[in-house]
Amino acid sequence: MIYHLLTALLCAILTGGMLPAGAGEGEWSGYVSSEYRAFLYKPADRLQHGNNFSLAVQPEYYYGWDDGRESFTFVPFLRWDQNDSERSHVDIRELTWLKATDNWELRVGIRKLFWGVTESQHLVDIINQTDLVEAPDGEEKFGQPMLNLALIRDWATFDLFILPYFRERSFPGVDGRLRFVLPIDTDNARYESSRQERNIDYAVRWESSIGAWDMGLSYFNGTSREPRFEIRPDGQALIPVYDLIEQWGLDLQATVGDWLWKAETIHRSGQLEPYIALTTGFEYTFVGIMGSGADFGILSEVLYDERGDNALTLFADDILLGSRLTLNDEQSSELLFGIIVDIDDPGHLLILESSRRLGNAWKITFEARAFLDIPDSDLLTSIHDDDYLQLELARYF
Amino acid sequence: MRKTRIGKLSAVNIALPGLRAVCLLLILLPMVVQAETPQEKGLAIAEEADRRDTGWQSQTASLKMVLRNRHGQESVRHIRNKALEVDGDGDKSLNIFDNPRDIKGTAFLSYTHALKPDEQWLYLPALKRVKRISSNNKSGPFMGSEFAYEDFTSQEVEKYSYQYIRDEILDGRDTFVIERYPVYQHSGYTRLLTWLDKGMYQPLKVEFYDRKKSLLKTLTLSDYQQYLGQYWRPNQMRMVNHQTKKSTDLYWTDYHLKTGLSTRDFDRNSLKRAR
Repeated sequence: MIYHLLTALLCAILTGGMLPAGAGEGEWSGYVSSEYRAFLYKPADRLQHGNNFSLAVQPEYYYGWDDGRESFTFVPFLRWDQNDSERSHVDIRELTWLKATDNWELRVGIRKLFWGVTESQHLVDIINQTDLVEAPDGEEKFGQPMLNLALIRDWATFDLFILPYFRERSFPGVDGRLRFVLPIDTDNARYESSRQERNIDYAVRWESSIGAWDMGLSYFNGTSREPRFEIRPDGQALIPVYDLIEQWGLDLQATVGDWLWKAETIHRSGQLEPYIALTTGFEYTFVGIMGSGADFGILSEVLYDERGDNALTLFADDILLGSRLTLNDEQSSELLFGIIVDIDDPGHLLILESSRRLGNAWKITFEARAFLDIPDSDLLTSIHDDDYLQLELARYF
Repeated sequence: MRKTRIGKLSAVNIALPGLRAVCLLLILLPMVVQAETPQEKGLAIAEEADRRDTGWQSQTASLKMVLRNRHGQESVRHIRNKALEVDGDGDKSLNIFDNPRDIKGTAFLSYTHALKPDEQWLYLPALKRVKRISSNNKSGPFMGSEFAYEDFTSQEVEKYSYQYIRDEILDGRDTFVIERYPVYQHSGYTRLLTWLDKGMYQPLKVEFYDRKKSLLKTLTLSDYQQYLGQYWRPNQMRMVNHQTKKSTDLYWTDYHLKTGLSTRDFDRNSLKRAR
């Protein structure tokens, strides 16, 4: 981590020194947020904490010139957590220099990006490591050092990535909630690559939009962002093992009237047996319900993983059913409710997320998650007691 | 969303070389004066308005939106707008939100089409995610304002049928009063009663009638300025919703036309680096 920060800082100074002074305009923005998480039950393990308070800050500096065709962006992130020392952490989300021309775009530095179309999980999205302590749904990502060249044609974009440094996944600590029965020993992570986290990964992606269709085809070769786990010899913890993998990914969306049809599929080899995983489904929106400006959407996705329950994921053979209410009001009020049901075994996950702007600069977010009927045999059985309600208040600047 | 333009030439007419266009115009002009039916006269006015507003190529502008609820409480949005004129098709536009700060960097890309459905993408900077969205929400509020998406996107001639109603003097200005009837699906309106300035061929006032045919909103456009000796743009637009008693004021500044923007500035890649 220290190595990482120093490199980032050095890059910042070097790149910062190269900025054409006075040629563009610099700008600060960002947010500060406070979060309170109330757990409904006592933890499975006495070491785990109860209700929890946490603070986070994410400033962003942007300096653009040549009408935004060149820019420098710096986004550090810092979280302090009351109880879980693993959740108190610092990261460089972005530290990028960008140059865009008519035919190509070059990005050098640390960056976050997203691939894919589905809502329940993001199979295809493989470039950035998941910052799991940030959000149990895996939606938050670490910044990834990269060299990215995008070749742009009228009909498609072709992206090339060189990823020279690997970021380990973060996991809640021994004190933390929302973890496996055994804590994860991140200090003893193992790599298949002899270069460990310095293995040079690469990826390519082709994406295009033709009429109602948006599609992407991608290939990744390098260290898997998702680890598998081995039990530590003393039996007291799990050790993450990062294999070298190859992964093909395909994502498709058809936008037809009020329907969005979505599919993502991957083929991964190098991590035990090769396997296929698929997420597919739809979202249908009732526009302007009951004569109001509000939209009401229903969504459903099927999640399939060839590894079945050997996959250390909550989502092996599951179905998501959800609904989304968007009021389209001044405060941008939104409400999302979802349930993920395991087809083969008992176990479902209930999700509620809602947010609303307060005044011009504040935003309040309420989130609730409940884990029901998780089987005792499951390594995730401990989260059975981790149902929580969370309130977050953020000030944007 | 850059401006309310009354119409746009059909693809065939745009492709005409200069001389033929002039000839056609000479033939059409008397029709404007002595149109046989109110429908033909309405359409001719719309086509003339479109002809006069063709050739600006691309545009950038800044926009301040002031939303007012029935108690007079205000909230403000800042948006930067870019638009690209597309020959023989609807325009492309990119809107980037600066304020409120929680949605800063959110960008909305729209390809309008005359007859087939529009294409729309939304960029969510917190997730770094480009989302293709359904374009059927035309009647939905734009950013919680009293403007609907359909009020903002480019207004192709083919999207409406027309009827000339009368001539009228509005606030001391000579206007044509015409009615427009949306022919495209998913419009929230049954008709738009439009007062069009005879000098500028630009609207001064529009009344929107909802699906129940009752008066929903009134738009007033004012403080027009001419750019490049041809193109008129309003500096202020005020939309009042008669049913909710809410209103939205738009203040446009920094209009630049023929800016040299190209299709590359309106693709999914540009969405990701929009500022």
